[in-house]
Amino acid sequence: MICQECKQRPATMHFTKIINGEKTEFHLCEQCAKEHGDMFMFYENDDFSLNNLLAGLLNFQTPMKEMTANTFPNSDILQCETCKMTYHQFTQIGRFGCSDCYRTFARYLPPILKRLHSGNSTHYGKIPKRKGGVLHLRKQLSILKQKLQELVAREEFEKAAEVRDQIRSLEYQLRQRGEEEM
Amino acid sequence: MSFEKFFNTAVSSWMSQEGPDSDIVLSSRIRLARNLVDFRFPTVFSSEEAQQIVSLFEQTFAYRSYHPVGRFELLKMSELQPIEKRVLVEKHLISPLLAEDSPFGACLLSENEEVSIMINEEDHIRIQCLFPGLQLTEALEAANELDDWIEEHVNYAFDEKLGYLTSCPTNVGTGMRASVMMHLPALVLTQQMNRIIPAINQLGLVVRGTYGEGSEALGNIFQISNQITLGKSEEDIVEDLKSIVQQLIAQERMAREALVKTLNIQLEDRVFRSYGILANCRMIESKEAAQCLSDVRLGIDLGYIKNISRNILNELMILTQPGFLQQYAGGVLRPEERDVRRAALIRERLKMEEKKHGG
Repeated sequence: MICQECKQRPATMHFTKIINGEKTEFHLCEQCAKEHGDMFMFYENDDFSLNNLLAGLLNFQTPMKEMTANTFPNSDILQCETCKMTYHQFTQIGRFGCSDCYRTFARYLPPILKRLHSGNSTHYGKIPKRKGGVLHLRKQLSILKQKLQELVAREEFEKAAEVRDQIRSLEYQLRQRGEEEM
Repeated sequence: MSFEKFFNTAVSSWMSQEGPDSDIVLSSRIRLARNLVDFRFPTVFSSEEAQQIVSLFEQTFAYRSYHPVGRFELLKMSELQPIEKRVLVEKHLISPLLAEDSPFGACLLSENEEVSIMINEEDHIRIQCLFPGLQLTEALEAANELDDWIEEHVNYAFDEKLGYLTSCPTNVGTGMRASVMMHLPALVLTQQMNRIIPAINQLGLVVRGTYGEGSEALGNIFQISNQITLGKSEEDIVEDLKSIVQQLIAQERMAREALVKTLNIQLEDRVFRSYGILANCRMIESKEAAQCLSDVRLGIDLGYIKNISRNILNELMILTQPGFLQQYAGGVLRPEERDVRRAALIRERLKMEEKKHGG
């Protein structure tokens, strides 16, 4: 394999970079890899041991500090407008100052949440009735659609017809809400 | 106050009922963390915001009746005596954090003490439902209904992708912590817990001692709860926990059978020695009391001891803690004084059982 950077020397180093769940592969020769050292800080940093990784699971401080230096420029200045908490402060105390922090720090949260929740980063549970509004209807709709398929597969057409009517009514409600919000 | 009267007021209704599998599962609990949209989290909020939140809940929910559990009373932490707060912690109705570090903390408590809503702890509110025995699904249902009732009156911080937004990222998503308290003396005696705990941890669940993180498993009581709150539905989390708990119940029952088969007389001897200590001691430290109570409870479960109700472990583990002892004594006690009071209280409780069973 030829180095993807200089396209001359043979690639002797192979890296996989995963940031925010996006996977990128690099195949470089030694010389080009050195020039791109900043991309591969983990390999050059002696501190990055298993211990460090484990400490990071319990306390965001250590690995975040390493990452902020390279991956996230100016993250110290990133501050939540509502509660004034900075990203740096968040990594120190491990708690948000308000619900807007989730939006302000959104870019940096997926890897943290995945680490804390066994690779998950999307909610798949209860939706509040009032606040959830349209979301709630959409969830109900998908449950009913699944139910409809099951009923049809079992040839229980009478019940299926009832569910179909429920689906229509929900779809009508969704359209109306959508128009209201437009 | 006479012991019987004290005892009757100190024991929450859930403690004196028996639930499914209550020979091994003492209680099931669901906790939901929720925050209000218009206020900063307790991490950084101002005292004005904190007071506004308390007033909001006081006006909307206090002294109102909620059909499954009765009326709610609002307790402000700043208005409680340290012993009173300690008693609430020992009954698992509020967390140590709320009792000690939340100057604007409060708690809405249902008459029957099955439900408590902590206000201004780590999150704006934490809804807790407590049931005897293995009743996680029932507890979840109760918590969900209460959550819906509250949501009719307040706006929760919720994000389409991340779910319920919480102060700590470890709770985001469902905001739910489901936990069970299990009495596992045979798994401890046969030294299987050391092997089981890491295995349970690998399944995304946490095993802890009686009083949460870092605490010892006093009296062979372990708390098992979910670690993950994001990416799984409440029902799935509860089902996963339930299936592990059921496996542990089966393992504990097998270990008990094996112990009875191989060590019957030694086990019986141990149970009755512990009973002897509890019935006759004049001073006892909490650790020894917990161990003896665990042995006696095992003795009841195995049929060695007949005239004592099963709840005794559940009740006495709670009643013999410093807060309760001091409340019963009506004042602050030094540790040695507590050991004397603890011994007296246990003897009184056992005497009450004798009277009840005409022994």
